[in-house]
Amino acid sequence: MDSAFIPEGVKRCPFPQFLAGLGLAGVVLAWGIFAMLLCWLKGLNQTNMNDSYGFALWIWADLAVIALGGGAFFSGFLKYIVGKDELKNIINFAVLIGFICYSSALLILAIDIGQPLRGWFIFWHANVHSMLTEVAFCLSCYFGVLTIEYIPLILENRQIDKIPFFHNLSHNMHEVMAVFAATGAFLSFFHQGSLGGIAGVLFGRPFAYREGLLVWPWTFFLFTWSAAAYGPCFTIFLIKLLEKITGKKLVKDNVIDLLAKISGWMIFTYIFAKIIDTWYWAVVTVQSKGQTLMDFYDDNMFYGLWILVAEIVVGGIFPALILLTKKGRNSASLLWAAVILACLGVCINRWVMVLQVMAIPVLPFEDWALYYPSWQEIATTILPVAYGVILVMISYRYLPIFPQEKELNPIESH
Amino acid sequence: MFPFISFEWVWDIEHVVFMGGLWYAVSILGIGMAYCIIKAAIDKKEV
Amino acid sequence: MTQEYRKEKKYGMVIDLDRCTGCGACMVACMAENNVPFRDNETDKLKSITWMRIYQLTNGKSYPNEEICYLPRPCMHCEGHNGHSPCVTVCPAVATDYDRETGIVSQIPTRCFGCRYCMAACPYHARYFNWWDPVWPEGMEKSLSPNVSPRMRGVVEKCSFCFHRYQLAYEKAASEDRRELRENEYQTSCTQACPAGAITFGDLINKNHAVYKIKKDPRAFRLLERLKTNPKIYYLSSREWVRRAGDNYHPEEETGKIKSHQ
Repeated sequence: MDSAFIPEGVKRCPFPQFLAGLGLAGVVLAWGIFAMLLCWLKGLNQTNMNDSYGFALWIWADLAVIALGGGAFFSGFLKYIVGKDELKNIINFAVLIGFICYSSALLILAIDIGQPLRGWFIFWHANVHSMLTEVAFCLSCYFGVLTIEYIPLILENRQIDKIPFFHNLSHNMHEVMAVFAATGAFLSFFHQGSLGGIAGVLFGRPFAYREGLLVWPWTFFLFTWSAAAYGPCFTIFLIKLLEKITGKKLVKDNVIDLLAKISGWMIFTYIFAKIIDTWYWAVVTVQSKGQTLMDFYDDNMFYGLWILVAEIVVGGIFPALILLTKKGRNSASLLWAAVILACLGVCINRWVMVLQVMAIPVLPFEDWALYYPSWQEIATTILPVAYGVILVMISYRYLPIFPQEKELNPIESH
Repeated sequence: MFPFISFEWVWDIEHVVFMGGLWYAVSILGIGMAYCIIKAAIDKKEV
Repeated sequence: MTQEYRKEKKYGMVIDLDRCTGCGACMVACMAENNVPFRDNETDKLKSITWMRIYQLTNGKSYPNEEICYLPRPCMHCEGHNGHSPCVTVCPAVATDYDRETGIVSQIPTRCFGCRYCMAACPYHARYFNWWDPVWPEGMEKSLSPNVSPRMRGVVEKCSFCFHRYQLAYEKAASEDRRELRENEYQTSCTQACPAGAITFGDLINKNHAVYKIKKDPRAFRLLERLKTNPKIYYLSSREWVRRAGDNYHPEEETGKIKSHQ
């Protein structure tokens, strides 16, 4: 039915099956949109946030998707700036995932603010000293870069490509893509960093506060580094998941191996820096505020010392060691384990830097504040997942996302 | 955000560096896209 | 920048916890003065707006050795280092500002778009979000103060040291061709409402104001001084455990020995 739009030389599922899948994701999407409208029309009283939890699930989701979407800028950086040409076979998908992650982040931010109609104040009345201003500017600009990177992919659809203007446009954009990618890497460095800076500059919150270099706290650099390290793991994870769902091999092993190896080294060096940061924070920064490490880890069900171990050891050292060894990368189950642990690790890090910061009492006579999200918060957080699934489904069906698919899955002629 | 237009604009190092970086990035993207679109239109005519 | 014809001031408070009875008059006065909204059901204190909030502190001992202290907590109007209060620097839209003329940390609700970053930055929980639009019991809107605009849903608000009173007092002084205010011309509503006289308000750097002298009392301390927030609220207590509750200390450390901004 839609075969004229499907890339040549590849096989896709029957159209009704595709529609059924879209419908399923569409139901979840509709649920999320309903919750989003509730938040917009009735206000943030629809959430379980409160005056102790000004930042909650959404801000975590924001930070997490941006870290996971970091695969786009880092793969782009490796391909266009460092010159790792093999990554051309993965870059389209990384860009698609980045596009989904960043558009989701912007949507979540639009729901999260109390007065969405005043959202433009952050640009118009910008306070250049605020890390959040830096986030808003770089995030919006980088979303522009991702859109620019995604457009040529859309233009490569079989039917669109037949139109000369679009064919030329796509060709031209590919030609100057290195410039866009470099700009994207520049913007990413700053917005990933400033997301880390958001927590790091809070000198009224000893758990989050970090010293640093010039105007940037150490979390600035750690966030950029971790996004570059863990983002590719999320890209690999999704490729492997898509391969499982489609039952096809979509990317050659050497490409995955290269990205996994680079990611392994990045995680290894990052976690080394993170351990030093945590150690210095625990023995110097925290002590100078009259507190000790264990003041921040209580015996409640959420924030015991286990969360630090889960973040650094299970979600950091383990995946790094697996990805650094050839045997680990070559074993399907170990690779799966590594990328899943890595994604969990970076998500825990973002959780800790948002929600644990809010949970810990600063005044000695206050108690821990625990919070659980309302269904509206959960639905609006799942919304981007459904939207992402739909966009991946459509893009995979109609656009040449995986250049190696044709070669890896030849269609037998009858 | 805008020099000469926004009343909050101050000619200090923070504004110049921060906003300078922003406008620099936006300019590259804008000029890059304009180049691609114009060239595509010209190439189309030549074909 | 301070205008040349007006002297720089640092308005602040000294609250004598030995005198405070925890009656709550300051809270009520503050709510009435500033049109602070409330709801039918205020059970969830984490969603209540209380610019001035009274904490009940205990020494952690059991009867008969238990002691209680009430601690009123307005916004601390932190100066931080050179006006870099924790909340002011983080606001992305300049909706809150450190006024170098008065030392007051302002909040501009019409500029705020509700990102709540300032709330995350404030260690005192002195900032409140309007989770709902304000709804006044029928007839009560007629008794609202005309000097303070009620805030709408989705923005942050906090104690302003009754800034409108400063403006009114200054207008009056200007009409009498005076540049400076007398100490009693500008007082916050909580100060005036306190039946125990526990709150003293004035210019912390003006030698003629009572707060200038009282803040040097050996019983004086500030909340979370070690974080370098440099607050403008001083507390007085003759009880060591109360002073100790004002900040985080290692077991071997003594109160009153921590260096911070003054």
